[in-house]
Amino acid sequence: MNTHAPEQFLDEDKSLACIHCGLCLSSCPTYLETGNENNSPRGRIYLMRALQQGRQPLGDATVHHIDLCLGCRACEVACPSGVQYGHLLEHTRDHIEKHHSRSTFQTFLRRVAIEKVFPFPTRMKLALLPARAVKLLHAENFLPKFAREALSLIPDNPSAGKLPEISPAFGEKRGTVGFISGCVMSVMFGDTNRASVKLLNRAGYDVVTPPAQGCCGALHAHSGRLELARDAARVNIAVFEQHNVDAIIINAAGCGSTLKEYENLLHHDPQWLDRAQKFSGKVKDLTEWLAKDLDANKPATPFKTKVTYHDACHLAHAQRITKQPRDLVKAIAGENFVELTESDVCCGSAGTYNLTEPEMAERLGNRKTENILKTGAQIVVTSNPGCLLQIQAGLRKAGASNVKAMHIADFLEEFSQHP
Amino acid sequence: MPYGTVAEQISPQIQQALIGIVGKENVICGHEELLVYECDAYTLEKNLPNAVVLPRNSKEVAEVVRLCAKHNLPIIPRGAGTSLSGSVLAVTGGVMIGLARMNRILDLDHRNRRALVEGGCVNAWVTNAAKSHGLLYAPDPSSQSACTIGGNVAMNSGGPHTLKYGVTTNHVLGYEIVLPDGEVLWFGTTPDGGEDVDGYDLRGTAIGSEGMFGIVTRVLVRLIKAPQAFKTMLGIFESVDDASQTVSDIIAAGIVPGALEMMDQLITQAVEAAYHFGFPTDAGAVLIVELDGLGAGLDKQAERVVEICKQNRAREVRMAKTEQERADLWKSRKRAFGAIGRLSPNFLTQDGVVPRSQLPAIMKFIRQTSEECGLRIPNVFHAGDGNIHPLVLYDERDPDQVRRAIDAGNVILEKCIELGGSATGEHGIGVEKIDFMEKQFTKDDLDAMRKLRSVFDPDQRCNPHKMFPGSKRCGDFHHRKQISA
Ligand SMILES: Cc1cc2nc3c(=O)[nH]c(=O)nc-3n(C[C@H](O)[C@H](O)[C@H](O)COP(=O)(O)OP(=O)(O)OC[C@H]3O[C@@H](n4cnc5c(N)ncnc54)[C@H](O)[C@@H]3O)c2cc1C
Ligand code: SF4
Ligand code: SF4
Repeated sequence: MNTHAPEQFLDEDKSLACIHCGLCLSSCPTYLETGNENNSPRGRIYLMRALQQGRQPLGDATVHHIDLCLGCRACEVACPSGVQYGHLLEHTRDHIEKHHSRSTFQTFLRRVAIEKVFPFPTRMKLALLPARAVKLLHAENFLPKFAREALSLIPDNPSAGKLPEISPAFGEKRGTVGFISGCVMSVMFGDTNRASVKLLNRAGYDVVTPPAQGCCGALHAHSGRLELARDAARVNIAVFEQHNVDAIIINAAGCGSTLKEYENLLHHDPQWLDRAQKFSGKVKDLTEWLAKDLDANKPATPFKTKVTYHDACHLAHAQRITKQPRDLVKAIAGENFVELTESDVCCGSAGTYNLTEPEMAERLGNRKTENILKTGAQIVVTSNPGCLLQIQAGLRKAGASNVKAMHIADFLEEFSQHP
Repeated sequence: MPYGTVAEQISPQIQQALIGIVGKENVICGHEELLVYECDAYTLEKNLPNAVVLPRNSKEVAEVVRLCAKHNLPIIPRGAGTSLSGSVLAVTGGVMIGLARMNRILDLDHRNRRALVEGGCVNAWVTNAAKSHGLLYAPDPSSQSACTIGGNVAMNSGGPHTLKYGVTTNHVLGYEIVLPDGEVLWFGTTPDGGEDVDGYDLRGTAIGSEGMFGIVTRVLVRLIKAPQAFKTMLGIFESVDDASQTVSDIIAAGIVPGALEMMDQLITQAVEAAYHFGFPTDAGAVLIVELDGLGAGLDKQAERVVEICKQNRAREVRMAKTEQERADLWKSRKRAFGAIGRLSPNFLTQDGVVPRSQLPAIMKFIRQTSEECGLRIPNVFHAGDGNIHPLVLYDERDPDQVRRAIDAGNVILEKCIELGGSATGEHGIGVEKIDFMEKQFTKDDLDAMRKLRSVFDPDQRCNPHKMFPGSKRCGDFHHRKQISA
């Protein structure tokens, strides 16, 4: 146990906005799975406050319950009191990383894998090489559980690829948008990025993808390394300031929510606040932007396959975007669209969660797979790379080879009519 | 420190025995992890249980209960902990039995319009599951997205639609209960039986018993046909008095709305800030009137309601035009309590009842009380039932505010009783309203209640120190130093 004098790491007003009503409980995936209130939003906020007030020192149990939080922010949507849970969580995690000593292994995972590899596309490509070798040799069983889980996530045929700096609009030009290519997206989902750009081109936009852009900082922010996240934000703001764009488009919900929050991240940096606000104001999820013109999305041929939609947490909860992607999918699938039970309960992917908390990630993954199979859909559409990997892995594990998980950009590009 | 401490550790042997029944992951013992279980949504009094266990099924519940009986440990049933009266408080410690892992819908029989659910099943899930068959579970407490059917049975909960459809007891056909000695019984209609019950129908006994008769593990609930059509109106008034008079006049005209809810100016402002529904923030009060039933007759009734509103100087009456608008309106109403978090760090809600004709009087009294104690008291309530919910706003970091809040709550309830009403409509007595029992009931009434309780719980071990005068309180409740959390 690690004792220290209470430190004011939380914004009192933000934490006191929690009136302990409990209305958030049933929306929290880790509470649904364990039934333990310490794994619920109300419980976690209680632990945070107890810590801040010095009612108890920072103990292993508290760290465990905070670690187990997915950061999915379903609780924010459920909370009638407007508690900014994501904000409280980030600051608590920051506090924990500063004051709590972890096992060597957890430190390695957090400091090396999450901070030094994932955010850098080239390093990630290198890191993927041995992983793929293990997969080819079917040597998974010799690995510890966390690594096996992580491996099961790697798609069989990841596609990388750089986007051109400028991709001109097809047909009549309506404007210019910037594009964030993302770290995971650009290494594993190159095709999805290309599809996204084509969809935008077809909608009449020139797409600018500045090569100097960097990681959005989400992985840092979510694991309690706020300074690193701020650095990442400053880089991106400066890069996009050099281009005159109507919007900055992102097709990964996790990055999108962080990009939209740059102004919070930099709120006490007077030199950057104004610039951050301008930047965040322009960030739009791909679906948000495309849904402005639903008529452009018609099925190429009569669509007969049953389709369902999984809400990525960072889209549905952090950005409150649930209608636009459904509208886009329905424009293609029509009557064949079916709702997914617990569509907005986290699939367990949650950024790097499946590396740090493999057991809970697996439980939530199974829960999601069961719900997907119950719909009888052959395609499940979503809008975040992490969810996609997790759902694909779950379906593979369940032997459901007839069900395909697709990023919404790929889905639209494949099935919509191209004039 | 008389307060906020672990009463006494339970022995390692008992801990091991509990783990043997429900598994290690489902026994919570350390101080750090018990903290959040020290209160429910009523946060003025707190105390830690000695352990929390999370069983998976009735069998595990019964085994845990038997073990506690053997060691003479108090047991406290817990659903979602949304109680507003401290009914889940572990006043003298004990083993809290949480039903969070018993949350399944076991069977939905749409032809016979009933569903069998586990005690920890969330209220709203039942209606969600029944929706596709055109059915619903009628009791709709504002906490329905989280509170459990077991908790609803224990509190006999109601909601906005209670006015027309009744409370929990009107919609529960039967239930399985684990008595404090570990015996498992079924009261009322059985899942495979007809509506009639052979012998005494004991169904009503434990409904509203605030968890003092045993643990409800499975419940057979009645589903009703969802109304064909709705007319949902928002009446905007210059004053609470005008709105209150409208309530009386609607009922007097022989109209029974599905729901009839009032929000005063302060709460309307908070709700508007939270949900941007479009409530006028300068109106004295707004009324939500919902008519439901067959499409044909509704228009006429709606016209009549509009007329009555206008007679009482309504500024405007708006009609929800789409299902989405209706849903948004209800969302705003149901989440109104929570919006309070935007006005104040803490609130104390009272739940008194007055005859409808006394609504203007009690509202005036609340305004005076607010001025006298210097605390804001917004109101949002089931006007049709005369069930008021003044929300006394305070900051727990200021002991003087805490004291004033408690006093304000008390004088309001006393006034309710004086006006011919009662101290609680639906939130229960718990620990919060114990002092009112003697004001509201005669000694004979209370004795009869005690006798009934001792039939189920002769040792008074099941959710002890609730409801009855003379119960222990947590530390020196009224004069204690405020410790905040
Ligand atoms: C924002 C908000 C709005 C609310 N609105 C309403 C409303 O409109 N109408 C209303 O009536 N109430 C309302 N309440 C109060 C509360 O939600 C109800 O009393 C609800 O029924 C409690 O359910 P629960 O599952 O949270 O039970 P808990 O709070 O966990 O427990 C309540 C009591 O029931 C007992 N209990 C719980 N589960 C069981 C079980 N399985 N077997 C036996 N005893 C059990 C407990 O021991 C305790 O005495 C509201 C509360 C909040 C926070
Ligand atoms: S819903 Fe909001 S206010 Fe209520 S307990 Fe959860 S976080 Fe706190
Ligand atoms: S962020 Fe998700 S996992 Fe964490 S407390 Fe909120 S709902 Fe639960």
